[in-house]
Amino acid sequence: MGRSSTVKETQALFQSLRSAYAATPNNLKIIDVFVGFAVLTAIIQVVYMAVVGSFPFNSFLSGVLSCIGTAVLAVCLRIQVNKDNKEFKDVAPERAFADFILCNLVLHLVIMNFMG
Amino acid sequence: MASPESAVNGPTMTAGAASKSLRNAFGGVIAFIILVLIGVLAFSIRLFSVIKYESVIHEFDPYFNYRVTQFLSKNGIYDFWNWFDDRTWYPLGRVIGGTVYPGLTLTAGTIWKVVNSLNIPLSVETVCVFTAPIFSAFASWAAYLLTKEVKGPGAGLTAAALLAMVPSYISRSVAGSYDNEAVAIFALVFTFYLYIKTLNTGSLFYATLNALAYFYMVCSWGGYTFIINLIPMHVLLCIVTGRYSSRLYIAYAPLVVLGTLLASLVPVVGFNAVLTSEHFASFLVFIIIHVVALAYYIKGILSPKMFKVAVTLVVSVGLAVCCAVIAILIAVVASSPTKGWSGRSLTLLDPTYASKYIPIIASVSEHQPPTWPSYFMDINVLAFLVPAGIIACFMPLTDSSSFVILYIVTSVYFSGVMVRLMLVLAPAACILSGIALSEAFNVLTRSIKFQLPGIAGNPSIAVRMWRKENGSSTVVAPNDIPKTEEAAKEKPAKKNRKKEKENVEKKPTPSKTEKRLLVLPLEASVIAVLLLVLLGAFYVVHCVWAAAEAYSAPSIVLTSHSNDGGLHVFDDFREAYSWLSHNTDVDDKVASWWDYGYQTTAMANRTVLVDNNTWNNTHIATVGTAMSSPEKQAWEIFHSLDVKYVLVVFGGVVGYPSDDINKFLWMVRIGGGVFPHIKEPDYLRDGQYRIDAQATPTMLNCLMYKLSYFRFVETDGKGFDRVRRTEIGKKHFKLTHFEEVFTTHHWMVRIYKLKPQRNRIRGKTKKSKSSRSVSSKRDVRGKRNPWH
Repeated sequence: MGRSSTVKETQALFQSLRSAYAATPNNLKIIDVFVGFAVLTAIIQVVYMAVVGSFPFNSFLSGVLSCIGTAVLAVCLRIQVNKDNKEFKDVAPERAFADFILCNLVLHLVIMNFMG
Repeated sequence: MASPESAVNGPTMTAGAASKSLRNAFGGVIAFIILVLIGVLAFSIRLFSVIKYESVIHEFDPYFNYRVTQFLSKNGIYDFWNWFDDRTWYPLGRVIGGTVYPGLTLTAGTIWKVVNSLNIPLSVETVCVFTAPIFSAFASWAAYLLTKEVKGPGAGLTAAALLAMVPSYISRSVAGSYDNEAVAIFALVFTFYLYIKTLNTGSLFYATLNALAYFYMVCSWGGYTFIINLIPMHVLLCIVTGRYSSRLYIAYAPLVVLGTLLASLVPVVGFNAVLTSEHFASFLVFIIIHVVALAYYIKGILSPKMFKVAVTLVVSVGLAVCCAVIAILIAVVASSPTKGWSGRSLTLLDPTYASKYIPIIASVSEHQPPTWPSYFMDINVLAFLVPAGIIACFMPLTDSSSFVILYIVTSVYFSGVMVRLMLVLAPAACILSGIALSEAFNVLTRSIKFQLPGIAGNPSIAVRMWRKENGSSTVVAPNDIPKTEEAAKEKPAKKNRKKEKENVEKKPTPSKTEKRLLVLPLEASVIAVLLLVLLGAFYVVHCVWAAAEAYSAPSIVLTSHSNDGGLHVFDDFREAYSWLSHNTDVDDKVASWWDYGYQTTAMANRTVLVDNNTWNNTHIATVGTAMSSPEKQAWEIFHSLDVKYVLVVFGGVVGYPSDDINKFLWMVRIGGGVFPHIKEPDYLRDGQYRIDAQATPTMLNCLMYKLSYFRFVETDGKGFDRVRRTEIGKKHFKLTHFEEVFTTHHWMVRIYKLKPQRNRIRGKTKKSKSSRSVSSKRDVRGKRNPWH
């Protein structure tokens, strides 16, 4: 009896999660897809390393960290662009995007240097 | 905050607003002038050694940095990055590009290049000597910025002034002390400032700058691990105390990713940035902050009931997964013998580790725990002000003030482990003392201001300023002014039941804070201000004295005052090195204890066996064994390493206490750690180290004794050693395998040459298997000497 109620509760939980997420604006959803893509790429690289071996370790490191770094920066962008965040009310989305671009530039410059 | 008030208050108040903005501008100009003066102060207080002696590089380590900078300026950055140095650690050599922290060298090299391209002809040595004072001025400005973020510009200026003068920082950044810490402390404070700025503003731009400043810190000093462990600790503290915000995520997550990548770019760190335990804390907190961010996000989009369901589900599933992951992690880390930590880091956590396992680390005098007086010598008055600063940080507790508190607590612990880390304590102590002094002055001057009769010509301005200090953002309507003026003049303990009641109802928070603000009695505040100024005066006097007398010795040139007040200069080290560079071949190898390796390669330009980098313990142990062995065995060891000259430092004639005989027991210990036939008790009589007639025969026959005291009786006829304060044991002896080639003016450095092998050995067969079998039969009972 407890189990069926927990199953029902879990189902209700996922329903509410889905409905709440569907309500987020489109630009945030695009950023979320991008984050998911970056994380997926990182996972694929890790699996590849597990299969093939980590010999040029710096290449592996730079590849994985570039994916994770892009994901993190995209999450930061999402935080700053999200209109529900009261702390970032006075930050224009253009400014947030410009910061995002700058940080990505630095990140990828380092990646290209480190990849070898 | 000025604009809404002036907009509402109408034309009568614009004069007040204008004077306020004028006062703000005036204050800004004064703050700028003060900062320039602080920079000048920081630069000039470090020039004592240049004035008293000359513009020369001090100590030992800076000579290596100076040599590397010379190479960089002569050969360019590509050759420097790929440099393999064959003039040190003979015959192993040293990969300079991969084992040196390049920040300091690249900084000085860049300054030299820029200055020379502007046709200002500064030599490399001048740039190297003055790099440290310049960067200490920058460090003071960085401390101003950091403290301004935590408490405000007044505290910032005080902290900057304190950091410009604090003796602990002066000791490592005098003009001539061309060492990593000169640049690293600036990088440390600047990185912390950018972290706090990102935390306060939540801007990704500052997060990028923070990562770049962290990269500069990694380039400069091995102490960067302090940053990469302190910041995750602070993030964890914020999460645990419920101060998680999205600004925290923006401040921390990009720093970890970018910082790890940038740290791996530096060849010294390389893959250690992801493989050693020192960095694991940052990754762990990285995962934790993502979990927390996800939890907060889900909490934001779900209703509370649904959130509770989610929590129970996650907790039950997640706990199992967590335990599995942690078990795997512990197994992986525990499989390495030191659990993944390097020797030096383990010494920080367990102060007795080094003395038990790694004598080299324990022998460095900078790695000993400090004594209590050294705290007072190094940070002086700040030791009393720091607790007051900690309390001031709690009122109110913000993210940035909690960071400063964490910084001071951890740096106090680490400074208690190693005296060298007092340097990390210095900026924290200055920041907290600056906060304490600034808050104290705030309260005292406020008490004075509001009790002096007729102080403010326009009391409304005074009241508005007071409300601004309270942090109230309410608007002061024109007709409220006379009532609030009376409220301001009354004692805050009394409740206002008169016409101010409506003000009290409208603005409950300002009146509450009005009541809480203490106004001290006028005389007490005046005396307290004077006493605080006196305290500052004591601090300044002590700092200038410490800079002039205690920390400005270049230690390559020694001075002493004779009885009639004259100054006697001992320039023996440079004398010996210049003799070496003029009277020996370029390819000759010089053996000495590792302390003098850097100076020998930099000034004498000769190949050495071991130097201050101490990366190869076995090689140092070989040299230590040679110094502790009798002449013949020592000759064998040195001959097998192609050594031509042996250099010893001897202070017995002039009373120089840091000579090789005083360091000899460390040579024995380090040598004995690798070659078991060297046993320390052999050199001690009844557990005491002596070199007089009661010394053990092993001691009296070892190479170090012989090379130090050869012909010593000729100085005063009795052989009285001024440092050990006894007459030596063996006075008249001859050297069989070495010959003395040079002794400096005050006998402080003595250079010996290895005598070549004899062509014909009288009476014995050649050195061959037969003699080896004879000696091996004799050695069967004792430990095998690998040099036979």
